[in-house]
Amino acid sequence: MAQQVPLAEDLFTWPAEEPALIGGRSSDGKLVFPYRSHKLVGGVNEELERVELPRRGTLWTFTGQRFRPPSPPYAGDDTPKTFEPFAVGYVELPGALRVEARLTEADPDKLHIGQEMELRIVPFGTDADGNQTLIYAFAPVGAEEGHGDGSE
Amino acid sequence: MAPSDVAIIGTGLHPFGRYPGKSALEMGEDAVIEALADAGVEWSAIQALYAGSMEVKNPEAIVGLLGLTGVPGRAVFTGCATGATSLAMAANAIRLGDADIAIAIGLDKHPRGAFSDHPSVSGLPGWYGEAGLFLTTHFFGMKINRYMHDFGITPITLARAAEKAFRNGAANPRAWRRTPMTAEQILESQYLNYPLTQYMYCSPDEGAAAAILCRADLASKYTDKPIYLRASTLFSRREGAFELLSPSLPLETAPSPTVFASQAAYEQAGIGPEDVDVAQLQDTDAGSEVIHLAENGFCKDGEQETLLAEGATEIGGKLPVNTDGGLLANGEPVGASGLRQIHELVTQLRGRAGGRQVGGTPRVGYAHLYGAPGTAAVTILST
Repeated sequence: MAQQVPLAEDLFTWPAEEPALIGGRSSDGKLVFPYRSHKLVGGVNEELERVELPRRGTLWTFTGQRFRPPSPPYAGDDTPKTFEPFAVGYVELPGALRVEARLTEADPDKLHIGQEMELRIVPFGTDADGNQTLIYAFAPVGAEEGHGDGSE
Repeated sequence: MAPSDVAIIGTGLHPFGRYPGKSALEMGEDAVIEALADAGVEWSAIQALYAGSMEVKNPEAIVGLLGLTGVPGRAVFTGCATGATSLAMAANAIRLGDADIAIAIGLDKHPRGAFSDHPSVSGLPGWYGEAGLFLTTHFFGMKINRYMHDFGITPITLARAAEKAFRNGAANPRAWRRTPMTAEQILESQYLNYPLTQYMYCSPDEGAAAAILCRADLASKYTDKPIYLRASTLFSRREGAFELLSPSLPLETAPSPTVFASQAAYEQAGIGPEDVDVAQLQDTDAGSEVIHLAENGFCKDGEQETLLAEGATEIGGKLPVNTDGGLLANGEPVGASGLRQIHELVTQLRGRAGGRQVGGTPRVGYAHLYGAPGTAAVTILST
């Protein structure tokens, strides 16, 4: 039976009461997203520690995507006719890093640099097995759950 | 004249645009024929060839059209910085003594629409493309949005940069976009990537360009107006730089590779930004040109707001920028774009730019390229 699955493994904790993005931390304290198992640090190939990233942050910058991105690689289950513009931004997660993400609010007039944002896991497309894929996105704090992406 | 010096003795251009039925290599052939005529050398005199292209896997196959002389021919690709790299490699072949005369060629023919590829070609995971994030245009919108916030740049300044590009394009008989547009029309066109509107973006297209170089001590044999190569630099991004196609960025920031390429080029040439008479700056979008003015040392961050309002970057201004209309009016065949810049600078420095000629006697030309995956190149030329 079809179910909801993350768009890729190791993107965010799932299923989870409070899902969080997964980053990798090296011994020098630096973080990377998405998580990767190893990285050269000071000439040493280090295994990275899996860590959960903060769920809230501030909007560092943003832009909008008005047209359906070239497909492939884009795999949304919309069509050029049903495509809904979306926004993309970097959200600064305090003490961690800046993460690039889709934003649930597509209207640039309702977004501003410095705005408080929080993580949402939202429906995205359909995988080869007919499962609904889920993607991470950030929403303005206080925005209604599911706004913008048709989630339930 | 130091023996390591290299001179450009001829350039050629196949105008950028759309040419159904004509291959990239055929456009390259036309550009090379024009460059050979300009330099007054025969094809058989070329002793080293460096050809750049994004769409053509073996652009050095151009020898099949020009003549099979056995010339060592090599393909070059560094994304949007390709033109600067082929020029630098041709110059290095001369400095190393491999050749007395060498040619740099760029040619490309892109399909319509935004560039598209699998994210793995940039070392990124597949989901990044599936999610609709693998688009270089997002970066340009996000970088200028943050820059405007930090330094008080307003949308009219972006519109002015685009307005100038189309005005210069209109004055250039070989430009692709030759219809002037007002800043208002540019501002009112629809957003492609907020805050950048449709007419603030360049498009991928088709075209070719070539430059012929020789040992500086031989240049007077071919031309009475040799243009000397004073600097060529290229840098990749550093940790912390805000760059294209980055799923995350560290909190600690670093300058763009353009800043390092620019500083190193000034040092190589022994000059400063105040000595530059005409500049070509990568204007993938109007915001990029505005940012690149500061990153290349021509002003402080934020001063662009006043500079553009005063017309400082116009052909009659104190620092004419993108005098042939730049990428905005010519489009971007990636492999050829950097050599179009060189062609335009050489044309200006020789005083042959006709209706778009900059005033006075320009002595120093500056060319800057920037693109994926976070690579910047600077070339400085002088009379």
